[in-house]
Amino acid sequence: MKVEKGIFYRIDWVMVILYLALVLMGWLNIYAAVYNDSHQQITDMHQKYGKQMIFILAAMILAVTIIIIEPKFFSQFAYFLYGFFLVMLIVVIFAGREISGSKSWFAIGGFGIQPAEFAKMATALALAKFLGSLDRNIKNPRHLIMAVVIIILPALFILLEHDTGSALVFLCFVLVLYRAGLTGYVLLALVAMPVLGVLALIINKFILTAALFVLSVLIYIRTRRRFRHLLIVLAVFLASTGFVFSVHYTVYHILEPHQRQRINVLLGNNTDLKGAGYNVNQSLIAIGSGRLLGKGFLQGTQTKYNFVPEQSTDFIFCTVGEEHGFIGSLIVIALFLGLMIRIVINAERQRSKFSRLYGYGVASLFFIHFSINIGMALGLLPVIGIPLPFFSYGGSSLWAFTILLFIFIKQDALRYELV
Amino acid sequence: MERVLAYRRLIIIGIFLAVGLIFIVRLFYVQILVDKYILSANNNVLRYITQYPARGLIYDRNGKLLVYNEAAYDLMVIPRQAKNVDTMELCRLLGIDRNEYIRRLVKARNYSAYRQSIFESQITRENYGFLEEKLFRFPGFFVQSRTLRKYTYPIAAHTFGYIGEAGPEIIESNPYYKSGDYIGVNGIEKSYEDILRGEKGMKIRVVDVLNRDKGSFQDCKYDTLAYAGTDLYSSLDEDLQEYGEKLMANKKGSIVAIEPTTGEILCLVTSPTYDPNILVGNIRKKNYKALVFDTVYQPLFNRALMAMYPPGSTFKLVDALVGQQEGVLFPTTTYGCPGGFSIGNGKIVRCHPHPSPLNLIGAIQISCNSYFCRVFRSIIDNRIYTSTRQAYEKWRKEVMSFGLGKKLGLDVPGELNGNIPTPAYYDKYHGRDRWHSMTIISLGIGQGEIGITPLQMANLAVTISNRGWYYVPHIIRAIGKKDSLNPGFREKKVTDVNTAYFDIVVEGMADVVTSGTARASKIDSIDFCGKTGTAQNPQGKNHSIFIAFAPKLNSKIAIAVVVENAGFGAEWAAPVASLMIEKYLRRTVRRKDLEERIMNADLIHGINVKNESRKGDFLPD
Repeated sequence: MKVEKGIFYRIDWVMVILYLALVLMGWLNIYAAVYNDSHQQITDMHQKYGKQMIFILAAMILAVTIIIIEPKFFSQFAYFLYGFFLVMLIVVIFAGREISGSKSWFAIGGFGIQPAEFAKMATALALAKFLGSLDRNIKNPRHLIMAVVIIILPALFILLEHDTGSALVFLCFVLVLYRAGLTGYVLLALVAMPVLGVLALIINKFILTAALFVLSVLIYIRTRRRFRHLLIVLAVFLASTGFVFSVHYTVYHILEPHQRQRINVLLGNNTDLKGAGYNVNQSLIAIGSGRLLGKGFLQGTQTKYNFVPEQSTDFIFCTVGEEHGFIGSLIVIALFLGLMIRIVINAERQRSKFSRLYGYGVASLFFIHFSINIGMALGLLPVIGIPLPFFSYGGSSLWAFTILLFIFIKQDALRYELV
Repeated sequence: MERVLAYRRLIIIGIFLAVGLIFIVRLFYVQILVDKYILSANNNVLRYITQYPARGLIYDRNGKLLVYNEAAYDLMVIPRQAKNVDTMELCRLLGIDRNEYIRRLVKARNYSAYRQSIFESQITRENYGFLEEKLFRFPGFFVQSRTLRKYTYPIAAHTFGYIGEAGPEIIESNPYYKSGDYIGVNGIEKSYEDILRGEKGMKIRVVDVLNRDKGSFQDCKYDTLAYAGTDLYSSLDEDLQEYGEKLMANKKGSIVAIEPTTGEILCLVTSPTYDPNILVGNIRKKNYKALVFDTVYQPLFNRALMAMYPPGSTFKLVDALVGQQEGVLFPTTTYGCPGGFSIGNGKIVRCHPHPSPLNLIGAIQISCNSYFCRVFRSIIDNRIYTSTRQAYEKWRKEVMSFGLGKKLGLDVPGELNGNIPTPAYYDKYHGRDRWHSMTIISLGIGQGEIGITPLQMANLAVTISNRGWYYVPHIIRAIGKKDSLNPGFREKKVTDVNTAYFDIVVEGMADVVTSGTARASKIDSIDFCGKTGTAQNPQGKNHSIFIAFAPKLNSKIAIAVVVENAGFGAEWAAPVASLMIEKYLRRTVRRKDLEERIMNADLIHGINVKNESRKGDFLPD
């Protein structure tokens, strides 16, 4: 393959433009969310939107740096980066600053750095590196277990920081494993689990168990009734029953009260709109009042006047819904879907297994943030505080997602050289 | 192996799209299908602040201001913002102690920590002056202005009525009224509510989550201005009303005076009364209770419109008119009086001693019972009718054409019908058609089942002075502009009795004052016409009644006076009417002795009742 043109000619500009569009919209939305009449200047450094502008400029520098850096750097240093951030995750537990219940921040000057955000990126690299080696096969149980350990380790450390939301994000790497050859039943199970979990909380667990048993019997009758089928059906039945009971136990005995309340709110068991249900209700009010076209840029009232809590971070989507309405929300959702699908399509054209699996890791990370954050704002998921990529205020998240994406853009641009 | 799995990208993309689709459906539901979120959003940020207009003013017929508005202030508090308050100072200004301060603050907080509650209502202007200077020392407290009704003179309380907070039934039935609004509850305030109230305005403010004001909503595009109520020009004569109330002090009864040519009410006195200023503001509740529970004097009872009395001898005027109309009585008709009128079974309608026989004028002048019993008989037993019933119905129709026995349609609420009995009433009492002229003879001298309100009596005087017609009496002569006429009262009501028959009756009434039953009440150089009445009253002393108008030609004032449980018409009602007429026509009263005797007399407790020395002057009627 000839390498004649410079790297900037070979970059997939579609991904870059989608990225820039999302970052710009994110910035304007932060401006709208915390806008007030006495600080109208969008570059005011004392306001969140001014700081976000600095973050964006820094992110641009990072992006360019990544593009011009030595091509093999990331695949070679994948394990090193992974190890580095694992250590950081542990260090932060002891040296970090506690912000709203989770001890996951390093305070550096006026800014906070959240190692968990970077750990996601490092995990995507390490997982791709591990599974990308030619001699690795996911059908080999030892390799599978290693891959799972790579995923679970950072998640565990993050759990120790009491940042449940960020830990949950690591679940998305199942999609990478799936693309690497893991059986599709795992995906099925992942879809079945939340359904079963919700059922476990709204239906009496013994009735649910009985129903599962009847279902299992019916499924077994439909098979060729070999002994092997009986074992599988039995195993699935036992697993589901165990799951139902453990969900029940977890929610009512292990979860902390505020988490339990969030789940109750979601299930409609708790309509205390001044207490636990306040956030979600105010979020829906903000989004719902946007109607078709929205109230217009800077015209939102629910977010601007602080009715929606965390409106510049976890609930940033409310500003989109309120000020830009159904159409604006649709555009944002379309941009995210476009970016994620583009990454998956580009991932498939990679010649290097590392690049391909890394691409899937990137798409999966975007996907889970997108799903949980917007799902929460729309009252479809319990309140889990994770950022919406490029939209939520904060340097760590913006930089981590920028690095994450641009490593893939770089790999993709050099897909003919990297094998 | 790796390449084989490439199809899995489609499944993964499918999952992405599925989640996106779920979001879009949910967004469509939340943003397009359901309305409740936009309503909640407005609830969150918009505060609708009502702008209360000033109520219309009320003037008397000479341009004197009777009813106006005074600024009052509600002290409001937003509990969450009430921090670092100089509690001691605030308590001192409001005259409350610390415990009361805490109690009120807790009450407000229980309603809402972020929204305003009333801390102290209707602070007067003087007290507000002290408060205003120091308001900055009480963060979280602010003042909302309201208006209080004020009355320049402590008179005509029942006529003005009062205003109060609109109750739940009103709020439900009339969308204009919201909780906390005031509405006229009685009197002119009620009947002219729509004109007096003006138009409320609305200011829309935007607030943040802590209820802090963030400015107007869309540059005041949806704000509306308040329009002040329209002023009313009453026909009341303040001097006359005040004078009448003084005359009636410590007496039960009423005075109604009307300008005959227009139907405009000059005064509407009911006694006992109260100062309208006591039913205003934060003292209203306490005082109203006291008035309601005063069952002895019943100060809230508007006797002028609601008390029904048998008209007594004043009704003889109606007999005289109807008799002539029916062709059974002529000015020359003469009857003798043997000291009473026998109605059979040994029963007699008694009459007082007087010269006999008398013609019509003399009978009115002397108020002969026998004469008018005969007149009444001749009407009811008139041969041209086939039955007593038919004759009675004709009589009743003609009597009612004077505005008796039914509401006149005054523009002050509460008026009662009075009662001219129906034939059905007598059927029920005596059996169908088993009654005749002698059974109901007491009607002829204004006694028995007949009931007439002071307003109707005054209107009778109006009708006679006009020789057969009247305008519906009314208290508001002009709305908005001083000289516009109240359009509701421009229709002339004409009686069934021909104009020609009135002059003779008027002559009789003139003689009543010059040389008849009311001669003690005559006024030098004012020729006025009157008729005394004494209504028998099973509960106690007779009610003293007098109706009159003056001057005899082109009358300026027609009047009815009722003094309850006082005695003959000539004793109390006639002098009261005479003084009122003098006051109105001359603007000053020369007969100070008479004035003093009437004003000081306390008929309720029987104090200063000085009329024994002149007893011979008061003839029974």
